[in-house]
Amino acid sequence: MSVAAPIDALPPYARALGMVVDHIDDGCPVLAMDYSATVGGRPGYLHGGAIGGMLEMAAFAALRAHLSQRELDLRIKPVNVSIEFLRGGQAERTFARGTVLRAGRRLANVRVEAWQSDPQKPVASCWMNFLLSPR
Amino acid sequence: MEKDTDQLPRTGLVRAGVPFDPAKLGKLLNSNGHSGFIGMSYRDHGPDWVELGLPWREDLVGDPETGVLASGPIISLLDNATSMAAWVSQGEFRPQVTLDLRIDYLRAAARGKAIVARGECYRLRRTMAFVRGLAHDGDPSDPVAHATGIFMLVHGDEWAADGRDRAIRAEEK
Repeated sequence: MSVAAPIDALPPYARALGMVVDHIDDGCPVLAMDYSATVGGRPGYLHGGAIGGMLEMAAFAALRAHLSQRELDLRIKPVNVSIEFLRGGQAERTFARGTVLRAGRRLANVRVEAWQSDPQKPVASCWMNFLLSPR
Repeated sequence: MEKDTDQLPRTGLVRAGVPFDPAKLGKLLNSNGHSGFIGMSYRDHGPDWVELGLPWREDLVGDPETGVLASGPIISLLDNATSMAAWVSQGEFRPQVTLDLRIDYLRAAARGKAIVARGECYRLRRTMAFVRGLAHDGDPSDPVAHATGIFMLVHGDEWAADGRDRAIRAEEK
């Protein structure tokens, strides 16, 4: 996804899993994903991969919004991600929001948290690093 | 209903304590829910590893400009392959929860190519399974992603309806 794309644009994978931009918080898109069979793991719970995929989409969205505010139309490539699963993801709406800790010329470091009914009780978190390059 | 097995903890689809046959149970685990949606399939296994596959699909793309698959399906595939590797290493199905999973993206997967992931359980302890995995899009010597993770193994009496939190609390004691 290009930095120039609208702030609420999401790639096909995110849309296929039912992710939407719920709202914009301080310039950063907050993603939401309703529970459905498409994202279910063992009965009644979210699949860890769907949670991981959502954290990544929130990391991309946060970084795109951050670069867009600085009018930097850079190419973004994921380098790595480390996901901590904190609680079982229940069969309910999940939210995820990223925070760009640092975005330099070549690298960006992003943190993401995902939560459900209680924002104080995250279900998963991750750090994700990106390589930035001129388009 | 067999009463004795009914007392065993369940994870829903498969009862705990059931001998783990990846070819058979893998089909059940991979054909439901999210795994089924993204099209996972069983390929092969050994004493401590399991290999799964995933076709390229337009609706799983992460970058519409290049057609590169999102990394989410690769996370899911490595998650399932490493989970199953932990079960095949134990010889039976036991509930477990993912503590963490780290993935390094070595290069972008090519448009239109199926992904293959092999998960390996390289160390099994009483409470933890240490796993790693590699994903490629045709050539195992040129992988697209490398994963390392830890699963917490849940023992029978620690499992309940809200098994994960109970299990973790039990670990903390």
